[in-house]
Amino acid sequence: MANPQITETPAAGAASSSYEFGTGARKQWQTVLRRFMRHRLAMASLVILVLLTLGAVFGGAFWKYDITYTGGSSFASPSAEHPLGTSQIGKDMLALIFQGTQYSLLIALVVAFMATIIGVTLGAVAGFLRGAVDTFVMRLVDLFLIVPQLALVAIAVHAFPASWYTVAIVLGLFSWMQVARINRGQTLSLAEREFIEAAKALGASNSRIIFKHILPNLTGIITVNATLAVATAVLSEAALSFIGLGVKPPDTSLGLIIIENYSQFQDRPWLFYAPFVVIVLISLTINFIGDGLRDAFDPRQTKVRA
Amino acid sequence: MFAPELAPTKEDNVVRYILRRLLVSIPILGIGSFLAYLMVASAGDPLSGLRGRPGTTEADIQNLALELGLDKPILSRYWDWLTSFLSGDWGTSIALGQARADVFDRVTTAFGTTFKLVLGAEVLAVTLGIAVGVLAAVRQYSIFDYLATSTAFVMFSMPVFCVAIVVKTYGIQFNDVLTGLGMRRWLTTAGPPVGGFKGDVLEQFRLYTGTFLLPTIALGAISFAAYSRFQRASMLETLSSDYVRTAHAKGLRPARVIFRHAFRNALIPVTTLAALNIGAVFSGAIITERVFGWNGMGNLLVSAVQQFDPPMLMGWLMITAILVVVFNLVADILYGILDPRIRLG
Repeated sequence: MANPQITETPAAGAASSSYEFGTGARKQWQTVLRRFMRHRLAMASLVILVLLTLGAVFGGAFWKYDITYTGGSSFASPSAEHPLGTSQIGKDMLALIFQGTQYSLLIALVVAFMATIIGVTLGAVAGFLRGAVDTFVMRLVDLFLIVPQLALVAIAVHAFPASWYTVAIVLGLFSWMQVARINRGQTLSLAEREFIEAAKALGASNSRIIFKHILPNLTGIITVNATLAVATAVLSEAALSFIGLGVKPPDTSLGLIIIENYSQFQDRPWLFYAPFVVIVLISLTINFIGDGLRDAFDPRQTKVRA
Repeated sequence: MFAPELAPTKEDNVVRYILRRLLVSIPILGIGSFLAYLMVASAGDPLSGLRGRPGTTEADIQNLALELGLDKPILSRYWDWLTSFLSGDWGTSIALGQARADVFDRVTTAFGTTFKLVLGAEVLAVTLGIAVGVLAAVRQYSIFDYLATSTAFVMFSMPVFCVAIVVKTYGIQFNDVLTGLGMRRWLTTAGPPVGGFKGDVLEQFRLYTGTFLLPTIALGAISFAAYSRFQRASMLETLSSDYVRTAHAKGLRPARVIFRHAFRNALIPVTTLAALNIGAVFSGAIITERVFGWNGMGNLLVSAVQQFDPPMLMGWLMITAILVVVFNLVADILYGILDPRIRLG
């Protein structure tokens, strides 16, 4: 990549041409992107994750079998025809994994999106308004954390038909608490700063201060926590499906594939290891990406990873 | 967990503080129980199991509906449940099949089983986590540190059930090795022995360890990763603080600085985290139990949801909520004991 610091060509754009030496200040995202790209582990993880996602989407679309195929023999060993063997009812395992990965990723993205939206809104509002609103939101967090999330979701999901999106939405509704806490803490300290006082003095409304002044300063922790929320959601969904209270056929997920096949662990370990490796890869790479983002957003840019 | 105005003040003594904290927990449990009741009431139809059973008459269904109070408005149903719950009557399970079980008996028995597992796993995870975290911090950027870091990252990214399945399989192979050597199987992979732990002291020890070893390792492994990372971070922070540098400058032996000065302060965050983490460990236990076929809270939850058994679900939720509240309190008290700046009394 060209170094934008020393570009003086017109192609560098209007921003840099207004400066004499083309040393235009980098926008925050440019700085973050540059730091992130220097983080080798995070970049490698990103590549693996993108390949995995593309593999699941395009592999699922172009592979000769899909999950409705049941023509294979029961529990066939891996072969050229079925690279990962077949399931008990003769489904092609590779096709199942493609489909399961897609569903697992989709669910995780919905959950992380919901957790971020709900958590950031509640956290920022509570931290900025304080007083009764803050107390209310924090008590709400306490209430949601008083029983294991797995149990709450297992019961709540029972109210709806078991498809991938109801599982995703219910999981999302019960996953925002940590995000809210982190954002509230950060907002509390931001609200003390002079620029917020200045905005107030200029007569800015509360919603304007929250959306225009506070939220942009929360970008870093929002991005990092949203990334980590995806990894958590993959694991939560898998756990829920594993105890048999999550996604149900005809939809599928990696957790469901594991529960359907783990009794074969001793005789046909590939049936267990294939979905297992995919889950671990997804969650591990996302954790590394989150870690890289955390470093990239950190203005002190310390090399010490906690 | 609670608001700053509840932070201990100087006039407080420990007993008053604990009492005050308990008093605050009551409304939380109260509101929580109400919301839980609403959720359970709207999440499923308790009569569906009976309807689907052959040979059920309309009168049977009517009787059960009447018993569950389905003809009454939800608020009065909640009130009835709450008053009998507080008087110790947690209701009767509506699950079909055998004699209808008393919810209190079933839930407390299952809870006892699971709690032993949770406690064992927590002790294992905290002890190992602290040891590994401290060592990784003291020898920062050593091979050991990198090894601990990468193990922790992989463990974070593992679903609990996969760890349990792998541990269980190796347990079975280990047993096969034992029987191959002409010895008896030691590790149990299918729940506590039927009829309880019997025999002489040695035999009981063998049964206990055989039963608990694998699930405890499986459950402890995940929290261990989190605790070791946390301990490492907090130890690094303490090691770089001024008073530690002073201690070194005074010429104290490094071991004394690390253990007497740094280590004791670095323990505070992890101890609190471990107590607050009990809910997550409990979730993990639900899954670990399913893999090892234990008849604890995990099986109870799954069967109560599948047969949709509201009295049992409420009992399940309440006992877990009480556990979490108690451990939050434990976290606060531990914090007070470990950190003299907020020591009470």
